[in-house]
Amino acid sequence: MINVSKLKKGIVIDHIKANHGYKIFKQLGLDRIDDTVVLMRNVDSRKMGKKDLIKIETDVHLNLDVLGLIDPDVTINYVENGELVRKVRLELPLEVTGILTCRNPRCITNQEHVEDIRFRLVDPETKEYACEYCEARTHL
Amino acid sequence: MLKGRNLIAPVDFTMEEIHSLLDLADAIIDNPAAYAESAKGKVLASLFYEPSTRTKFSFDTAMLRLGGSVIGFSDPTTTSTAKGETVADSAKTISQYADIIAVRHPKEGTALLMSRYSDCPVINAGDGGHMHPTQTLTDLLTIRRLEGRLDHLTIGVCGDLKFGRTIHSLVTCLARCEGMRFVFISPQELRMPDYVKTVLDRAGVPYYETHDLEASMPELDILYMSRVQRERFVSEEEYLRLKDYFILTADKMQLAKPSMMVLHPLPRVNEIAVEVDSDPRAAYFKQVKFGMFVRMALILKLLGIE
Repeated sequence: MINVSKLKKGIVIDHIKANHGYKIFKQLGLDRIDDTVVLMRNVDSRKMGKKDLIKIETDVHLNLDVLGLIDPDVTINYVENGELVRKVRLELPLEVTGILTCRNPRCITNQEHVEDIRFRLVDPETKEYACEYCEARTHL
Repeated sequence: MLKGRNLIAPVDFTMEEIHSLLDLADAIIDNPAAYAESAKGKVLASLFYEPSTRTKFSFDTAMLRLGGSVIGFSDPTTTSTAKGETVADSAKTISQYADIIAVRHPKEGTALLMSRYSDCPVINAGDGGHMHPTQTLTDLLTIRRLEGRLDHLTIGVCGDLKFGRTIHSLVTCLARCEGMRFVFISPQELRMPDYVKTVLDRAGVPYYETHDLEASMPELDILYMSRVQRERFVSEEEYLRLKDYFILTADKMQLAKPSMMVLHPLPRVNEIAVEVDSDPRAAYFKQVKFGMFVRMALILKLLGIE
């Protein structure tokens, strides 16, 4: 059993589906920050059986849209002085900007660089989003 | 008010705005001389990044008949695009010269992208297989003029329903009108996509799908024919197998109501036999002319000239 000490100040991303932790770690760019970050995989969970967990020892801004897209069931716990001060539950965002790229080869956004492409949620079950330019469906 | 707005997709305008636009088109048809100098001093940039003689001529003559001028191209290899200029930069630059832009581009979403950078209104004259809203306006004007209304009609749509963007636009737009009913006539492989049927289901618009053109003829108020387009098929074999599936002939026209009108966005290949052209119910060449009038009305509306 590996023990990671309790966080004094920072963020705990909890209830990540097993094996989704690394994807979230990469998408949030946690490999590029200087603060202490722990990614725990396949942690025993009463509720989920196995889960992943990320602890970040900083108050870095998290892009909750990215998290919502990858795993809308995760919980974000904000910790200060060793105490939980805020808990945020995520939902699949209705709209995301600048995160997804269109997979339609006939879309203009794949011919020239377009900033901040907006995608609208069209199917919550399949997590499919429609590109604002060509309306083709895509997902993360 | 449509002044200063863009037209990227048919749903950009409410039905009320569309009716007001069609009213203006009617007024122009009734008295074209009254509008012959309405856009004097205004310039249309007609930017055709892929060939489309028909649509370009329609836009260009629309502006010329309003007394305005036209700049543009129909071959992008002769423009800065060939030097690598982005469409965003082209839109910004050209909108410094022109008062209104009509753009056709093979990539989907180009008109929307240009509208974000242009300092003048942008009209989508077709963006790949995505949208062609001025064809929809043309169809709506044609139906309203010939049937006297845009409600309580049974419309048969025949041919390539899978890839026919003009058909998708028309059907989803008409789904907003009261009492409409659709008959989708196509081979199994070219059936109407789910997203269009979802729009109809949500709006409570009745429709059914069939591959029997003859059986459905007697109930139709409008028959909208379409071409099976070679460029939409992955294999030549598949195209050749399906291209002749539905051909409208004089014999089939005998099964239709005396008042049923035949529409087609043109160009046709062989899906309407030439013998049908002399039938007074063949409205597709009138439709071409209405296309020019509706574009005249659109230009005036977006420029804020009435």
